[in-house]
Amino acid sequence: MDISLKNVEYRYSADTPFERLAIQDVSIDIPSGSYTAIIGHTGSGKSTVLQHLNALLKPTKGTVLIGNREIKAGRKEKNLKGIREKVGIVFQFPEHQLFEETVEKDICFGPMNFGVSEAEAKRRAKEAVKQVGLPDNILEKSPFDLSGGQMRRVAIAGVLAMEPECIVLDEPTAGLDPRGRKEIMDLFYSLHKERGLATVLVTHSMEDAARYADKIIIMHKGTVLKIGTPLEIFSSPEELISHGLDVPDVVRFQMKLEKVFETKFDSICLTADELTQLVATFLKGRKPQ
Amino acid sequence: MELPFVVLEDISFQYDSQESLALNKINLKVYEGEWLAIVGHNGSGKSTLARLLNGLQFPKEGSITVAGISLGEDTIWDIRKHIGMVFQNPDNQFVGTTVQDDVAFGLENSGVSVDIMAERVVDSLKKVNMESFLDQEPHQLSGGQKQRVAIAGVLALRPSIIILDEATSMLDPRGRGEVIETIMKLQQQENITVISITHDLEEAAKADRIIVMNQGEVYREGTPVEIFQMDEELVGLGLDIPFPVKISKMLKHKGINLDRHYLTEEELVAELWTSHLKM
Repeated sequence: MDISLKNVEYRYSADTPFERLAIQDVSIDIPSGSYTAIIGHTGSGKSTVLQHLNALLKPTKGTVLIGNREIKAGRKEKNLKGIREKVGIVFQFPEHQLFEETVEKDICFGPMNFGVSEAEAKRRAKEAVKQVGLPDNILEKSPFDLSGGQMRRVAIAGVLAMEPECIVLDEPTAGLDPRGRKEIMDLFYSLHKERGLATVLVTHSMEDAARYADKIIIMHKGTVLKIGTPLEIFSSPEELISHGLDVPDVVRFQMKLEKVFETKFDSICLTADELTQLVATFLKGRKPQ
Repeated sequence: MELPFVVLEDISFQYDSQESLALNKINLKVYEGEWLAIVGHNGSGKSTLARLLNGLQFPKEGSITVAGISLGEDTIWDIRKHIGMVFQNPDNQFVGTTVQDDVAFGLENSGVSVDIMAERVVDSLKKVNMESFLDQEPHQLSGGQKQRVAIAGVLALRPSIIILDEATSMLDPRGRGEVIETIMKLQQQENITVISITHDLEEAAKADRIIVMNQGEVYREGTPVEIFQMDEELVGLGLDIPFPVKISKMLKHKGINLDRHYLTEEELVAELWTSHLKM
């Protein structure tokens, strides 16, 4: 299922004194099975774009296509349930949304709301818990007796149990320790690889964007500043920095080296391994014989 | 920096709902004017420790002394005068309708007179570079700005210690930078003791001293240089190695001669440059 936004504009509290333009003229494509990262400052319009991906917000101008369903500005849209089932959003700090008595009930809540039978929802809960790397016996526990990291996983399992075709992640690792961060990111990456689950990652982490995404969208002041592969995006790091954005550690370090050694390496490295190899070869090559 | 301002002796703590100890026999000293970073995996007991320090929770065993006062039910209000806390979520701790109201909130609660209050509000906001935002409302501020207002609110009460409980973890890189810069300035210019509980190792690398927590115990204590020598051991504890250290190591593996692992990118670049000149 492909998702695309065509010339989308969104105004919060339109036609009131509090009206505020959040995004304008945004056109992006999220093909099925892709891994897209959306980056940008707080207030750049990332979260507004995200909420259009399953019609939580409807554009005030332009069109959103989700599969074969078209959401157009100025039209009353009914029966959006199907869309919400296919596009799952994991919001920031999703563990704040846990509410049920047991983990199992909490995970079953979503699918059952979409008309899945109790037996089927339970089967899915069991599978989802396994997918996020939690033991079976956690299903009977209260979500509020779990650690923060476990609660986050339960909340993610709740979204996976809806069996979405596309999953949208809003800063999924905020507040986790480094190991937890890596585990969660690897988990989503393997879901993406193994099941072809289309993934949209909204993040501040340039490292994660560079490591996992096939395509990066950079938002700036409510518009799309740039779209490209990680290599394309980070090949002109100066442009990002001039917009007050970060670049991955590796890229920034390469820039510092290039400046001190007054040279330009042939390409931008996106991994520490590539960069150290390049630097080692360079330094050895310059050694006088 | 020689006087221990906070002393924890054999502190143990257990939450009612849990079977194991959240903190197990913690011994710890915090010195006046230092910046102490406490790192550790989720659930290692870092935040519990912070909550014990100003009496939000009481230890099961052991004693806590702050500024020479032994912490107990009857002394918590004296101790809280010495300690200001800044929490993780900027939105949960903004109580005023404007920036200046928010900073004044704590002062009002402790019965400071109006003229002193006005002076302290402006003064505290100046220290965090937010004095031009006096009448702004919370929704007009970025996360980093809100956290700086939270710090100003704490500063207005003139504490000796500020505890930051993952205060930068919900911020974007720019906001994180703003807050860290503010902390540095306060510690250096105002001689405030800073305890920062964090996952951000680049932030911890800037502290004077680091304590590594693991499963409710103090696992290791040392300067950033000492702690980051632990290397892969840190990864085993659920933490990570700062980027410049990682690069130093990889370069060594690839046959580049470095005499140590560097903690900042600047040092590493400078070293690569000078050693290459000598080659």
